[in-house]
Amino acid sequence: MSEATETARVARATEPTTSEATIRALSSVERPPRPGAASVALTFAWRGLLKIKHVPEQLFDVTLTPVMFTLMFTYLFGGAIEGSTGDYLQYLLPGVLAMTVIFTTVYSGVTLNTDVTKGVVDRFRSLPIWRAGPLVGPLLSDTARYVLAAVVTLVLGLALGFRPDAGVAGVVAAVALLLVFAFGLAWAFSALGLVMKTPNGVMNLGFTLLFPLTFASNVFVRPETMPSWLETVVGFNPMTHLVTAERGLMAGTASAGDVWLVLAEAAALAAIFAPLTVRLYRRA
Amino acid sequence: MCYVSAMASSSPSALATSNGSAPRFAIEAEGLVKVFGETRAVDGVNLEVPVGAVYGVLGPNGAGKTTAIRMLATLLRPDAGSARVLGRDVVAEADEVRALVSLTGQLASVDEDLTGHENLVLMGRLLGFKRDAARERAGELLDAFGLAEAASKQVKKYSGGMRRRIDIAASIVVTPQVMFLDEPTTGLDPRARNGVWEIIRALAAQGTTVLLTTQYLDEADQLAERIAVIDRGKVIAEGTPSQLKASVGSGSLHVRLLDPEDRSRAESVLSDAIGARASAAPDPAALSANVSGPEVASYALAELGRAGIDVAEFSLGQPSLDEVFLALTGRPAETTEEGEDE
Repeated sequence: MSEATETARVARATEPTTSEATIRALSSVERPPRPGAASVALTFAWRGLLKIKHVPEQLFDVTLTPVMFTLMFTYLFGGAIEGSTGDYLQYLLPGVLAMTVIFTTVYSGVTLNTDVTKGVVDRFRSLPIWRAGPLVGPLLSDTARYVLAAVVTLVLGLALGFRPDAGVAGVVAAVALLLVFAFGLAWAFSALGLVMKTPNGVMNLGFTLLFPLTFASNVFVRPETMPSWLETVVGFNPMTHLVTAERGLMAGTASAGDVWLVLAEAAALAAIFAPLTVRLYRRA
Repeated sequence: MCYVSAMASSSPSALATSNGSAPRFAIEAEGLVKVFGETRAVDGVNLEVPVGAVYGVLGPNGAGKTTAIRMLATLLRPDAGSARVLGRDVVAEADEVRALVSLTGQLASVDEDLTGHENLVLMGRLLGFKRDAARERAGELLDAFGLAEAASKQVKKYSGGMRRRIDIAASIVVTPQVMFLDEPTTGLDPRARNGVWEIIRALAAQGTTVLLTTQYLDEADQLAERIAVIDRGKVIAEGTPSQLKASVGSGSLHVRLLDPEDRSRAESVLSDAIGARASAAPDPAALSANVSGPEVASYALAELGRAGIDVAEFSLGQPSLDEVFLALTGRPAETTEEGEDE
């Protein structure tokens, strides 16, 4: 008898055994029918919300980014760019709103990568459930993050003097369109989350891709002021299309074409990356 | 303690019925192969695990245990060969297999950010329980596993033993017919390890087939009816624990003498009696020798008495995994990186 077993024997003698309860717990349950796709997705969404509840620090970025960018650009560059900080804020705010929510989509990939590297994905993958459930669910709970980011940006903007001409309806429409685009883009970062080795890798590459997209767009400055070749490039950037639609919806001047273009781009992102992500997840 | 004795009497009968009435295997694998880059992580593994058995897969780190278990649990697709769980093919009928099996992996297989209770409710919901039923089931399992007090703590704050228990609890929210446990006690202290062993025995007692991997011969010996020894992706020995040990010799005899002065004389007496060389241990009064069985050991001890050498204490240790490897492969067990990180 080894020393280790001897120690264990002593420990056990002084502790009540739980085995009878274990056996009872094991034999007391029948397997329920398989849950439907919606139920699986909602369960994963619930998990996503619980993670936000338990780790609220993850919301710091979401709230700080729009505050920093709005204050910095409005007061440092606003006067130089647009002549007055008030006029510039009117131009900038829909852009910062879009940028903030778009940055937040990177976290979809980071969260998924954390699941893979920690190993919890193994358990989900060994369950007989709808295969896209573990991917769709978190995208639903990420809405909470997107909405928070949007609310922080809008409240700050309104406090500083931003006035959307289209009123509440325009702002709601703008946020709704933004959420749709964010869902599409989140699939791309989910796919990235499944190919990268670490959560930090996802974060770094994600922002490396997003920064040029954000700056080479009409988020901060009017493309007409750029060299004509750059203006052309900026014209092709989906971020530009998104911000144009956002500004239009909030000002009440958006054309149906502006909105449709954004919806089409969101659909294209989802059509490409959703199936890819599901395939990658199966092999993760 | 009463539970342990009850188990001792019930498990041989369970074995008898599974041998007598059901020739079917819970797990059958033929020529399983998985290659990662240059490494043949699993290189033609054959397994036959009887229904209701606790089956041990024994091997050092990097032998291919985890890769094999991941293929059987439908998480990895084999590059060659085939496997069936209760008659269902792990590739063609993966979803049917998933409804029969449960896996507790080596990594955390619960969400560390959530509480123990939330993790079990999550599993319950994913298995199809309604909200209230899932909560009730979670509470029942937390009670049974002695985790009721930690129910509303985040799993990241659990001790190693509690982690393992919540991992296993999450695997049996619906009692699986086949349970895969990948190194369930690695890194646990003896007490926590004992808790896990009891759960495994309870699972087996109510009819679940258990396939567990381990690095410890002791653990396989304690729990498993049959053991496969795996090395470099291949099964190098298979059988009951006693068959395996018989092929290795039963282990080492350790003797401590009353008088250190006697040691050199004792060394030659022991060597003669055993027919193999006894060697001096670091303790100036101690000796140890490999023996083929308890009979040889008791004969050797009697010879010491006949030579008038007083023995202060002796013990017969189990062969270690190292000794098993040495006997089976002619080289010591070596640990390699398991080349399966994707």
